[in-house]
This record gives sequence, structure tokens and C-alpha cells, in this order.
Amino acid sequence: MTTTTTRIERHHYDVVVIGAGGAGLRAAIEARLAGKKTAIISKSLFGKAHTVMAEGGAAAAMGNVNSRDSWQVHFRDTMRGGKFLNNFRMAELHAKESPQRIWELETYGALFDRTKDGRISQRNFGGHEYPRLAHVGDRTGLELIRTLQQKIVSLQQEDKRDHGSYDARIKVFSETTITELLLDGDRVAGAFGYYRESGEFVLFEAPAVVLATGGVGRSYKVTSNSWEYTGDGHALALRAGATLINMEFLQFHPTGMVWPPSVKGILVTESVRGDGGILKNSEGKRFMFDYVPDVFRKQYAETPEEADRWYDDPDNNRRPPELLPRDEVARAINSEVKAGRGTPAGGVYLDIASRLPAEEIRRRLPSMHHQFKGLADVDITKEPMEVGPTCHYVMGGVEVDPDSGAAYGAVRGLFAAGEVSGGMHGSNRLGGNSLSDLLVFGKRAGGHAATYVDQLTGRPRVAVAAVETAVETALAPLQRDTGENPYTLQQDLQAVMGDLVGIIRREAELADALVRLAELRERVAKVSASGGRRYNPGWHLALDLRNMLVVSECTAKAALERRESRGGHTREDFPTMDPQWRRVNLVCSLVGDTVRLERKPLPKMRSELIGLFDRAELAKYLTDEELTEFDALVAADAAAADAATDADAEKER
Amino acid sequence: MGTQTSGTPGKPGAKRQFRIWRGDADGGDLRDYTVEVNEGEVVLDVIHRLQATDAPDLACRWNCKAGKCGSCSMEINGMPKLGCMTRMSTFEENETITVTPLRTFPVIRDLVTDVSFNYEKARETPAFAPPADLAPGDYRMQQVDVERSQEFRKCIECFLCQNVCHVIRDHDENKQAFSGPRYFIRAAELDMHPLDTRTDRKDYAQTEQGLGFCNITKCCTEVCPEHIKITDNGIIPMKERVVDRRYDPLVWLGSKIFRRGQVPQTSVTSGHSPGAVRSSAAGGGVHSHAGGSHDAQAEVQAQQGVNWHREVPHPTAPAVDASGKLPLTELTFDRAAAPSPFGDDVTFPLPPEHLNFAHPDQDKPNH
Repeated sequence: MTTTTTRIERHHYDVVVIGAGGAGLRAAIEARLAGKKTAIISKSLFGKAHTVMAEGGAAAAMGNVNSRDSWQVHFRDTMRGGKFLNNFRMAELHAKESPQRIWELETYGALFDRTKDGRISQRNFGGHEYPRLAHVGDRTGLELIRTLQQKIVSLQQEDKRDHGSYDARIKVFSETTITELLLDGDRVAGAFGYYRESGEFVLFEAPAVVLATGGVGRSYKVTSNSWEYTGDGHALALRAGATLINMEFLQFHPTGMVWPPSVKGILVTESVRGDGGILKNSEGKRFMFDYVPDVFRKQYAETPEEADRWYDDPDNNRRPPELLPRDEVARAINSEVKAGRGTPAGGVYLDIASRLPAEEIRRRLPSMHHQFKGLADVDITKEPMEVGPTCHYVMGGVEVDPDSGAAYGAVRGLFAAGEVSGGMHGSNRLGGNSLSDLLVFGKRAGGHAATYVDQLTGRPRVAVAAVETAVETALAPLQRDTGENPYTLQQDLQAVMGDLVGIIRREAELADALVRLAELRERVAKVSASGGRRYNPGWHLALDLRNMLVVSECTAKAALERRESRGGHTREDFPTMDPQWRRVNLVCSLVGDTVRLERKPLPKMRSELIGLFDRAELAKYLTDEELTEFDALVAADAAAADAATDADAEKER
Repeated sequence: MGTQTSGTPGKPGAKRQFRIWRGDADGGDLRDYTVEVNEGEVVLDVIHRLQATDAPDLACRWNCKAGKCGSCSMEINGMPKLGCMTRMSTFEENETITVTPLRTFPVIRDLVTDVSFNYEKARETPAFAPPADLAPGDYRMQQVDVERSQEFRKCIECFLCQNVCHVIRDHDENKQAFSGPRYFIRAAELDMHPLDTRTDRKDYAQTEQGLGFCNITKCCTEVCPEHIKITDNGIIPMKERVVDRRYDPLVWLGSKIFRRGQVPQTSVTSGHSPGAVRSSAAGGGVHSHAGGSHDAQAEVQAQQGVNWHREVPHPTAPAVDASGKLPLTELTFDRAAAPSPFGDDVTFPLPPEHLNFAHPDQDKPNH
């Protein structure tokens, strides 16, 4: 088929949002509320996005359960969880704005679980000092996506009333994949893709694009992520001239199902531990007490007795070590299994059955009960679960301006929010911070995309040649019949990433991974897909592979470069945190076809924010030089306070 | 566990027989596949194995593979199910497993169907109407009050209930006027929302969604992977409230019998002709037993009253399967087309002369 005979449907929008999960829908709502004609591109059906998988809740310092909670405490927890590598400004905005974003959902019709006095209930979660997660049983993500989906429907109903058509100002293109962003110079001019159903091509001409495509987990075999998570947004951003940061940091969720094999990787919510579940090895030992790292020693219980008292009396006891941040728990499980104390299927036991009455388990963890009953034929009210680490979340992503979500690098008009953006979570994300992240930064990205469109003097134009190239690239796998099966290539990619760029990393293996990825790149360039263009999953995968590959290269390169262990990046050959590395972000960009890696200094935390921390805690993360600066700051503050007191005293005299 | 080798216990894969429908809107057929199945696998795993081996272009929707997103709806041996939640261990080892697309919706390709009908109905259902005087953050609701709606909000939109609902499964022409179980529970959810300010949810369900079509065969409840009690907790309470809490089994029966559009409006039946059977619903008229057809003569006759003392033959009992229930689909039954829950010798709308019921209030003036 030649380009001239290929029919391409064209649409004109002000803002195109790629991705229909929480971040994408929130961005679209905001852009539409700002009066922009908005398109939402959904790789799956509307409402099926990976956000539905989020179980535990959305973290927001509303203080409904413990009134001592505040944005400052949430900010501290987030920075601590990310091992101080977070973009402080994003963590600050997130902590400040997430309560409003949650409350706003109630006006869209969300029904969170309630406290006795009728407010939104909040639950404990790993790394959060106070009960902070707004939740709906263990299906919070579903509630979030359904609420946003229904809000979009309500906006469409308004448009139908005012303009005669549901799609007048906001339209969902479901089962549509974007393969290329189109530029006019350094400005975004549109997006090109195909309808999965028909295989027909579609071109969106739009001056602003919001990426909200989620993560990269499908590059790993054991993952909690759905097929959509092929790093599309990461790759689109790179190819459009934007940059990625922190790509070495992948979160391996400590508790994925390990049995049966077909569901290996599927998530077991952290709420199981928040509600009393404990981890045991095959010898029946509650092993997490052996794995509390020094930096967390002060906040975690030392004995099972103290830990058990915490559930009822959190103010006078320290929390159980099962609730350490995810990276710590994942490493601990990994160590137990490696030491031969794992279960037959290669995990550890997560026991809630012996901790809560059956009725209570069913009430608090309905979907976990359902999931284990349905998928594994295990009744979690009677038996322990078998769990192990699973690739869950990528902390890294598009490097963005913290306030607007605008992508850095050599492109304008490109925004990113949610998992596809980087910086907010530093080296490790706290559970519950992703649902609030996508609301806070989804809104910001959508709003700022609208503002960007307002400021434009002329509309960027899509070049015909670029569209032709995009068509050729998209059709290439169908036209080749000599290449390999895309499924084989995906399995090989997953093997490389799982075995060589997995949870524990070593220099030689990472170097080997880069060689193998280079080989895979040759093979992926020649991939062929059989069948036609109508709903052909083989063809779809063939096109996704190139995204998975380039993102995997970024991860492997950055992992090789960062010679320390921090959060979601563990180097066996450099097992400790290095304060010098804390000051460095690794930034990936694309030069031609090659991934280029650069070091970039981390932005410096504002004084009133760094002042929220104890010196003793900072000493674990900062360099001596930074500590001296901190001391000077504290001294200056003290002097200023003294001066103020003196002045007051003077006045009184 | 990136680096760990799989120390999975259990038997190595056995070969199993599958028949999968392949084709598109222009037609297709069942194709046989022999495929390896390992212990602990579900039907969706087998589909994925086929994609990776014999049939790379086999179209099938899926996302979460954990029963949370509702994408992989399909009919497995005729039963509407989620592929990811159907364990292979639930079949006999020598059993051939037949996988077909959802029958109620038009096929796009293979196991993928065009479910846009559902999204259209979703769009027609009026959205949550927030209270104007409450600022965000000031919402106060009790857990016990939100729980009723929360049950319906568990819905993962797999559309199995829509697929199995006889009203649309067997009568495509009903799709226009009938939203289906998924959207009845959406209406019920909003109706039960403690802070929703719209008061016309049930009227909407009745007049716009075609709640009256539902003949409560409970097939939707039976297939719901989230175990939402669609009929008992959603549809029946809505129906009860539509009749203004005056639950009368025959009024209820009437509501099942007549299709929207075939029901005479209040103005036709109320206020005159003392012998007429009137609606028990205050302003509704939608529950009139009379005038179930557009036959003018029959309507006149009905309005003049019928001989309620006349004996009418009892209908035959509905056709049930071995378990004593109505079969979900004809694929699980021994005859073509889904059986009527009212017995095969009854056709609707019932001619008025077959009715032998007098409403207690029929002679009182309409309030």
C-alpha cells in the first residue's frame, strides 16, 4: 500500500491528551474547563486504563483521621520515601494540593469510605507517618477512574445541551494508539496514530499535547502492569526532543502474586500490610525486623509486640517494619528467597488470615479476597498468600517544569503528567502518592496546556512529509514477511530486562544488557507482523516494541551510570547511598537514534522547605558541604528570630 | 523477582483442545486449536499463548489480567465470563473449550466486539448533580449510606450483564429504548447517593432507560464477576419505587409486560371510564394494565373493563434447565433462542381479554 492511497482521518483540536488514565482524564477535564477543544486518546476502551489497578488509595493530608497531619508532614514523607532525590517543588505542590483534588472528586460524585463523623476515611500506608490514604475498600483506582470518566460524561452532557453534540468540545478516541508526535520546528503540531479496531490512520492537528501514557512495565516479565505499559509517552517525548530523568529508578512492588504462574506479578495491595498483614519466610519467621535500615530505625518497631500495638495506638508505638517503603520490603523479600527461605513458588508468605477475623478481611479487602479466590483458588481468610516483588512503577519519566508540567528539552507545547513524568517521586514512590500525583499534576498539565494554546500567535503546521514517514513506519511490520514474530522479540526483551536490569543490578550485567539491547534493536527494526490491519494485536505489539526498546535502553544506561544504591535502583557493587550522587539527575535524550546520557544537578530545596527536616535526618542524605550550608541557614534563621524578639522587646520598652 | 529462576511446582503443560471463533463482521467460523496448558492457568493465558504461537493476529481485548478492568469479556462454552478469571482447572482434561465473542454486540474481529452501545447509554444517563450549597471538602456522609451506592460502583464495566440480558440479546431492536442492567444500577447508584440533588432518577429509569422491559430473570446478577446483586439491590428497588412504594405483584407484572411506547399515557386512562384499570403510580400511568397493544378496539374494550371473573388457562411453566433455573443463553440449553420466563405459550403484549385482574383502587377517583 502506498502513502497516496492511504486514507488518513484528520481532526483539529486545541489540546490532545494521550492517555485516558487518571492523569489524562484529569488533564482533559481541566483543558475543557479552560474552554479548549480537547481530545482524549485512549489505547484501550474508555475507563479500562491501568489506574483501575490502584488499590490502596490516594494520599492527601486532609487530617481526617489524625488531625496532626499537614502538607508539611506529607512533603517530608514524600522526600524521605524518594531518598531526597525528588524534585522538591513537585513534592511540595503535590503535598499542598492533593487534599483539594480529592475533595473535588466528591463534587464529581466519588464515594470514598467514611469516618464516623462522615468525612473521608484515611488509611495507613507504607512510608506515610499518619493515616493519609483516601480509599474505597481496595478498589480506589476504579473509583477514581470511574469518577473522572463520569465527570467527562457530565461535561459532554453540558456540551450536548449548549452545542447540540456530546463531542462538541471534548471527545474520547477509544482504542486508538499514537505512534508519532509531529513537530513544526520545535513546536508540537500534532499527533499521528491508528485506530486499533480498523487499523485506519488518524491525524490530530493540535498545538498542545499532554502525555499521560503511564509506565514501562511491559518490558519486564514479572510485572503488575497491563499490556498498555510500553513506554509510549516516554518514547514519543524522546523522539520529539524532550528529555527523560531518573530512568534507572523502577519500583518493584514487594508483594505481587507468585502463584499460580499465570498471574505472577499481579499486585497484592499494600493495604493487606496496612491492615495487619505480616510477612513470614518458609521457616515461619516474621523476618522484616531484620531488615530495618538505619535511616528508618527511629520510626519502626523493634519487637512484634510493639508493632502489633501500633495498629490500635499509633501515637505511642512505632509502626511495624512491614510498612517500610516499598524498595526496602522488596529487597528484604528478595534476600530471604535468595537465602533459601522462600516458598515453593519463590516468594514469601503474606499472612492476614491469622491476624483478622474472616469477616473483617472480607470487608476490608474485598477485591483481594476475590482476586485470590478467583485466580489462585486461595481463601485469604484461611491461608497465607504467596508473594514476591513485581515490576510496578517507573519513577523516571519526562523531565518537566514542576509548576506547569511542560516538558524540558528542545520542544514546546508538550506536557506530561502522571507516571510518564519524572521527578516527583525521586528514587522511590510511596504507595498512595501516585493517585494523588496524577490528580494534582494532571490538572496542572491540562491547565497549562490550555494557557500555552492561548499564548500562541500562530498555529503550528503539520508537515506532509512527516505524516508520510509516520505512515510508512507504521505499515512497515505488515509489509515485511521475513522478520521475527513480535511476541518472541518481546519475550527476549523481557528476559534481558528481567535478568540483567532487574531488582539487583551489577556493572557487568548492565553492560551486557546494553549489548543485548543493541542486538535487539536490529531485530526489532526488522520485525514482521502477519495478518491485516483490523484489530491485529501482533501488529500493535510490533509497533510498541520500538518504544519499549528505547526506554529500556535509557533505563539500562542510567542504571550503569549511577554508581550507588538508592530507592528503586540497587547496585550490588555499590550497595550504599552516596550523598554526592544525590545531587545528580541522569538525563536521557535522543541524538538521532542513540540515547545520550547527561548529568544534571538537582534543583536546590528552598530554605523554608529544608528547614522542615531534622539535621540528624538530613545528615544521612546530604554532603558535608550541603550540611554546612544548612547549619548556616539555621544559624541565620535563629539570628533573625532573635533580632525580631529584640525588636519587639525594644518596642515594648 | 527479576533474577530468580522459576521454581514453579506442578505438572508440565498438557495439550488441550480449543475452538475459537475467528472472523469479522462479514462472518467467520470456529477454528480448532491444540494448545499447551500449564497448571494454574486461565483461559486468557491460553489465548495469549495462541497469539504468541499459532495465531499472532487473534484479536482479544485484555488489560489488567486480574479481574479488575473488565476488558476480556467473552463467552466460554457459551457462558459469558472474564477470560482472566476462568481457571483452566474448572474444565475436564479432555473437554474441548469453545470461546466465542459476546453475542449481543456486533463483532469487530475474532473475540473483539463493538461495545459502543454501552458508552452511548452511559452518556445518556444524567450525571451526578452535586449540591449547590456544599463546598468541596464539606461533604459529610455516613458509611452506611454510601455503602448502598458503593456496591454498584464496584462495577468494572465488563458488560457481561448487558450481553446476557434477554431484552437486548434476543431483540436487537430494543437497544434503542433499553439501557440495560449496567445503567439501571448506575441510575440506582445515583438515586441512592446521599448527596445527589436530582429527584427524578427512578422516573428517568422508567421512562428513558426502559426499566419496565426488564423481566427480572436475574441473568445479569448471575454473570456479574463482581457479584453485584444487580436485580435484588438495584433493579427491584428501583421498580418498587417507580410504583411509589405500592408493591403489588401484578402491577409489577404489568410493568414487565408492556414496552415503553406501547403504554398509554395517563390522560388516556385516568379520570374517566370508571371501569378502567388505572395506574397505581401517582402521576405515572405507565403501569396501566390496559392498552397493552396499539389495537384501538382492544384498548376501548379494556377501558370498558373486562370480565375479571372469567377463567383463563394457566400458562405452561417456563422452560428451565437441569438446575431448575432459566438458562443464561441458548448455548447452554437444548433448544434454539432463549426461553421465555413466562412459558413458551405466552406472547407479549398480552391481549387485554386474557387479563383477569382488578386493581383494588380501580373504581376510586384518580388522586
